[in-house]
Amino acid sequence: MTIYLTIAVIILIFVVIFQISKASEYVSTLKGDEVSRKQNNKINGFLMVVFLVLGLFGVWYCNHVLFDKTLLAHDSASVEGARVDSMLWVTLAVTGVVFIGTQIVLFWFAFKYQEKENRKVFYFPHSNALEVLWTVVPAIALTVLVVIGLRNWFLFTGAPPQNAMQVEVTGKQFGWIFRYPGKDGAFGKKYYKNIDAASNTIGLLWDDQLTHDDVVTEQTMYVVKGKPVKLIIGSRDVIHDVGLSQFRLKMDAVPGIPTTMWFTPKYTTVEMKEITGNPNFVYEISCDQMCGNGHYSMKGIIEVVSQEDFDLWMAKQKPYYLNAFPDKDPSNAPAADSAKTVKPAVAKM
Amino acid sequence: MSNEAVLHTHSGAHDDHEDHSHEHHEQSFISKYVFSQDHKMIAKQFLITGMVWAVLGGLMSVLFRLQLGYPDANFPWLETILGKWAKGGHITPEAYYALVTTHGTVLVFFVLTAGLSGTFANFLIPLQIGARDMASPFMNMLSYWFFFAASIVMLSSIFVETGPFSGGWTAYPPLSALGDASPGSKSGMDLWIVSMALFVVSSLLGGLNYIATILNMRTKGMSMTRLPLTIWALFFTAVLGVLSFPVLLSGFILLIFDRNFGTSFYLSDIFINGVGALPNEGGSAILFQHLFWFLGHPEVYIILLPAMGMVSEILSVNSRKPIFGYMAMIGSLFAIAILAFLVWAHHMFVTGLNPLLGSVFVLLTLLIAVPSAIKVFNWLTTLWRGNIRFTPGMLFAIGFVSLFISGGLTGIWLGNSALDIHLHDTYFVVAHFHIVMGVASMFGMFAGIYHWFPKMYGRFMNNTLAYIHFWVTIAGAYLIFWPMHYQGLAGMPRRYYDFSIWESFKQFQDLNRFISLVAMIVFAVQFCFLFNFFYSIFKGRKVLTQNPWDANTLEWTAPINPGHGNWPGEIPEVYRWAYDYGKDGVDFIPQTTPVGADESVEH
Repeated sequence: MTIYLTIAVIILIFVVIFQISKASEYVSTLKGDEVSRKQNNKINGFLMVVFLVLGLFGVWYCNHVLFDKTLLAHDSASVEGARVDSMLWVTLAVTGVVFIGTQIVLFWFAFKYQEKENRKVFYFPHSNALEVLWTVVPAIALTVLVVIGLRNWFLFTGAPPQNAMQVEVTGKQFGWIFRYPGKDGAFGKKYYKNIDAASNTIGLLWDDQLTHDDVVTEQTMYVVKGKPVKLIIGSRDVIHDVGLSQFRLKMDAVPGIPTTMWFTPKYTTVEMKEITGNPNFVYEISCDQMCGNGHYSMKGIIEVVSQEDFDLWMAKQKPYYLNAFPDKDPSNAPAADSAKTVKPAVAKM
Repeated sequence: MSNEAVLHTHSGAHDDHEDHSHEHHEQSFISKYVFSQDHKMIAKQFLITGMVWAVLGGLMSVLFRLQLGYPDANFPWLETILGKWAKGGHITPEAYYALVTTHGTVLVFFVLTAGLSGTFANFLIPLQIGARDMASPFMNMLSYWFFFAASIVMLSSIFVETGPFSGGWTAYPPLSALGDASPGSKSGMDLWIVSMALFVVSSLLGGLNYIATILNMRTKGMSMTRLPLTIWALFFTAVLGVLSFPVLLSGFILLIFDRNFGTSFYLSDIFINGVGALPNEGGSAILFQHLFWFLGHPEVYIILLPAMGMVSEILSVNSRKPIFGYMAMIGSLFAIAILAFLVWAHHMFVTGLNPLLGSVFVLLTLLIAVPSAIKVFNWLTTLWRGNIRFTPGMLFAIGFVSLFISGGLTGIWLGNSALDIHLHDTYFVVAHFHIVMGVASMFGMFAGIYHWFPKMYGRFMNNTLAYIHFWVTIAGAYLIFWPMHYQGLAGMPRRYYDFSIWESFKQFQDLNRFISLVAMIVFAVQFCFLFNFFYSIFKGRKVLTQNPWDANTLEWTAPINPGHGNWPGEIPEVYRWAYDYGKDGVDFIPQTTPVGADESVEH
């Protein structure tokens, strides 16, 4: 019922607007088109200034209300992200000045030079000096921004520091799989045709000894505060994107083409809860590339912990190999009959 | 009608094209309104089809904004309209993504490409360069009907059992290639590709025609440097389209092969839940993105340049002043057109692109800001010391400049890869491109419609409705998109159906509701425009003088209701550029006025 009422009200409002508009047209014909045109001109000229003033106030008010809800209200959670932030502020300063300046000029000119009886317009078809001025000045400003940007860009996309730990991230519809290289510090080989949804989610090749101590987890990734971490990113099905908004970075996960990204976490999750004043704070990995109907729910968690906590956590993780072959697990099978279940990986292909 | 009768009585001129205009004396309904070869009628067909799509696309955005603004509410009437796509009055994720995708596709291609350059290239090119019609009126007609066919196919995809395509308007494979990865990528996607292929054909037929007409059919005296800026802009638009749309088509063809014939252009190393590992190996999903954005980026300028051209013209006419820096305006259009082809990979900074390649694209992308800045400052200087008439067209032109500044400046953020790596695919991007490309170009389109409506239909639109339309729309556009920058600065990703499970993004629920509410109001206000448009075609105040805006360009020397062939007698000859406003104290000097002996020699 309310829906019909709403529709009726909306239609009524429209009818009223149309009637007023038509009436105003008749009035203007009666008054003489020229007279009413000039009246309208004054009204619109005045509205130009009103819009400018309200607009600038709105820009301030919007910032006032929303700034604390953005990431900028707190420090970046990664060392590299701090450079994104500082670059962002420089860019904001440059574009902000231009924005305020040009909008004021635009609406002020519109108001000031509205039609007047006896104004003579200034025939001003071109001026080389002015045109050179506003070619050169933006070009210089942009050069500065490009230089700052590219220095950061090459840092972000360059090689990570020597001491970086490595985590492999694999996206799938709709979740994240993480792999750590284990004690040997090297990832074993994998091949997508080996994937088994239950026991081998990323298709590790068990023939390769290096896979045997690899640790695979889902949904939550542990990294160490102050230690650079290099992510080796891939996807199992469609394109995803590892979006790390608190760390100010993101990188696509493309099937068949590994990508990389590295950063240095600056605060543990616990510290971040304090910094943000939000007891529920978690570092979230958001999928930032449209990947299907569950895209909006493709969430991962990053736990940033101290080195000790990380070591404790890692010590509790079982190699994925033992998950696939439980009877190989010394804690599961104390008896000496483990030989019978050595299943060659090739059989799965 | 009476006008036409009058016109055709005295067409005794000896122009080559004259026979042509005679042929169409006795037109049937079909040849006049349906399979018309008159550029003016084809323009109106493009415009009205574009408007139908704008309403549908806008309605789609209202529906998905309903989900974003009121994620917990149930609207039983939605189930009445959408059936299984809104079970229990709640839009499903499938429907949400289908709406987002179709909204993007139809607004970008059907409204702002076909509806904008289709309309105004067709309408203005012959009238402003002094030609009787397009170089090939038949191809022109085909261009519209291919567009119409594309529309029908796209519309039909909405009614497919598995739903229309739902993988985003950019249609990245593997998602768009694999029906098993998303139900929308089943037959809905086949129809989407067919529709887009038809659209590319339409675009090419139109574009080639526009280029040929502008280069070959200018009237006597109309040198290239005397052309109005609208024509220059439409010319570069057509060049961009002709050079880039075929690349898109090639990308789509490879996609069709991957989808239906087992090839692996874009597919490699894929395991689909419930299906298993796919046999495809060796393809590159990124290849599609290169092919797509090689059109996709020029497409942005295909949308924007016509608006820029029309705004330049309208600002000059209503400031009663010449456009400032005419040659610089052409130069910057040219620079934008060239650079448009050299920046496509800035959409791909986070795909794992080679960083060195990325840095080249940063440089070229930010370079585009220079010609854009030139244009803005030239527009501002055009207003300076003018004598401004706030016609509805002029209001929208001023609005365009404001929006172009606002949206253009955030392009400097996103074009810089080290910032893009943070802001990519967040609401910051949504705000950026909606303001600079979406709303700004819509404003250019509205400016064009209000300004040339008297030429199209021989009547005026209602001013009061137009003023309401303008002020609500510009305020609404800023209220909708300005706060989205803040959502982007919080890292909030695009294309999310629901944010409530996200600790990082759920703080914007109130804001989302506010944005949705404003979006609905702005959508409703567009009906003021639509009603005004259709009502005024039949009942608007009649245009009584040939040149209601006191403009210089040639279209205003044609009769109030020009027939097929545009000018009853000889085509007028041109003696000067289009921007002699306020010269030597004379309000305006039409292009057809010979240069006087005592006239100052500037330009």
